[in-house]
Amino acid sequence: MRKSKRSRRRRASPTVRSLACTVASPASTKAKMALLDLFIRTCCILALLSREDFQRIPELAINPLGDRIINAFFSEGEDQVNFRGFMRTLAHFRPIEDNEKSKDQNGPEPLNSRSNKLHFAFRLYDLDKDDKISRDELLQVLRMMVGVNISDEQLGSIADRTIQEADQDGDCAISFAEFVKVLEKVDVEQKMSIRFLH
Amino acid sequence: MAEWVRPAAVPWVPPRFVPFFSDSSWACLPRWATIRIEKGVKKPQPQMLKIPAANGIIERDETPMEKEIAGLHRMEFRFSDIFYFCRKGFEAIVEDEVTQRFSSEELVSWNLLTRTNVNFHYVSLRLTVVWVIGVMVRYCFLLPLRFTLAAIGITSMIVGTTVVGQLPNGSLKNYLSEVVHLTCSRILVRALSGTIHYHNKENKPQKGGICVANHTSPIDAIILTNDGCYAMVGQVHGGLMGVIQRATVKACPHVWFERSEIKDRHLVTKRLREHVADKNKLPILIFPEGTCINNTSVMMFKKGSFEIGGTIYPVAIKYDPQFGDAFWNSSKYNIVSYLLRIMTSWAIVCHVWYMPPMVRKEGEDAVQFANRVRSAIARQGGLTELPWDGGLKRAKVKDSFKEEQQKNYSKMLVRNGSQGNLPAGTESD
Repeated sequence: MRKSKRSRRRRASPTVRSLACTVASPASTKAKMALLDLFIRTCCILALLSREDFQRIPELAINPLGDRIINAFFSEGEDQVNFRGFMRTLAHFRPIEDNEKSKDQNGPEPLNSRSNKLHFAFRLYDLDKDDKISRDELLQVLRMMVGVNISDEQLGSIADRTIQEADQDGDCAISFAEFVKVLEKVDVEQKMSIRFLH
Repeated sequence: MAEWVRPAAVPWVPPRFVPFFSDSSWACLPRWATIRIEKGVKKPQPQMLKIPAANGIIERDETPMEKEIAGLHRMEFRFSDIFYFCRKGFEAIVEDEVTQRFSSEELVSWNLLTRTNVNFHYVSLRLTVVWVIGVMVRYCFLLPLRFTLAAIGITSMIVGTTVVGQLPNGSLKNYLSEVVHLTCSRILVRALSGTIHYHNKENKPQKGGICVANHTSPIDAIILTNDGCYAMVGQVHGGLMGVIQRATVKACPHVWFERSEIKDRHLVTKRLREHVADKNKLPILIFPEGTCINNTSVMMFKKGSFEIGGTIYPVAIKYDPQFGDAFWNSSKYNIVSYLLRIMTSWAIVCHVWYMPPMVRKEGEDAVQFANRVRSAIARQGGLTELPWDGGLKRAKVKDSFKEEQQKNYSKMLVRNGSQGNLPAGTESD
């Protein structure tokens, strides 16, 4: 029984993961194409990751926001993510290179721009994707991060205080513009980037 | 009546089949192979550093949670607090410490075995020709010889131990059983083209002690019994393994448990304690990790072996991955395909360090003692030490770790009257 399940779906091993991540790194296009070429040839591009594959990573399983992070990979209603989707989500964490800042502004904004990084973080809060973080959504994230260690009333007052400070148009919810304003002094580039060594 | 003087046990040692692979001058061949591969890929790398694979592929930020999230504000939640968890999560997805230990180590230079080269693709004709010659040598010449020798070894062990088992208990039986065990395991090590370097032989485990070692493959037991006799501990199996177990237990007091008995921890501890208490019995060999790890790190030691009491003799085993990968990935390969891979490698080269005996100190509980022994083994063998449980190969991680992280974060959010710095050990990762 176990054997058939194993052969039916190819598991993305740790090496597939790390190879996928080197493709997302700021290497030259030539190198990226060479690696992608390798993937196509070895049929890894057909490999699909499911939620269980992510949950198998112990360090991610103990992360309080682990489930939200995993959900960020999967689009609406989908249960599996392919290599391209995996790469797209990881690309948000590319460091912003200096030479990219001077690129022409006419092309589409790269996934790892400051605005897109903030948008990614915004989406972690905004579950129903209505472009607003409501009090309930904030409470949910807070509850995930603190577990059972803080009472409901205390958590509620923390949430109320946070929304009060950030809310500017008085609708008791945080829009993306208000979110950006609150975080304008934070070094997003440094906090939301992963540097590859090769 | 003249007392019968026992001569030293000198078992017959068969000649080595592949002596030249233990010579390090042959390592130039893998280096040449790797240079060929790197030239073939044609990657532009003017600014890339030559960092060994062991350092990982991403730059990890080890700042603890308190420093990262703390700032002038405290007792308040900030939207940017999630950045810390988010980045840690993504770092874990890209490269985590644990799951990479359950697959074979990636080599810096290729050793002409396809199985250890993930980026394998056609590079040049010269390299392919060398590789094909290698395959022919390994499969057509080495494999049949090794298989024959292994068959001889296993048969002689079963026959020899059965014969010795018929004798009445006494010093003659013990001596003969030692001779038989040593001879047969030496034949089996030669069957794998094993070259083993023993260090610090003066610390070899004595009778009535417990020998603990890090676990990489089922061969570990054979490698250790090559140099001395141990009482094995394990579960009763069926098939060929069961036959060997039943034969050897007649000659030598190994401790084999039924499947049902293994679940009863007290029973296991009691039997092992009885064995250790008898100073005439051979030292027990235990692998406290409980599962095979890929020989780059030592994972959590289960505390059961350290509760028995007695002297612990730690042993560090480190395989040289250049000549063959000894790690058994039991979820990927069964034992037969694993043995086939081992017998078609170039050789099994390893170093065994015997370390000075350790006893439990006053006021030290079993877990702390186990961690102390584990650190010593990791230091000696040049392996990294991980606090994670080897059982994570198959099981999910416990929720208590997540709860600890949540507790640490909530401590920062709401500090109820407790002033001062948080203790240094509350870093959540």
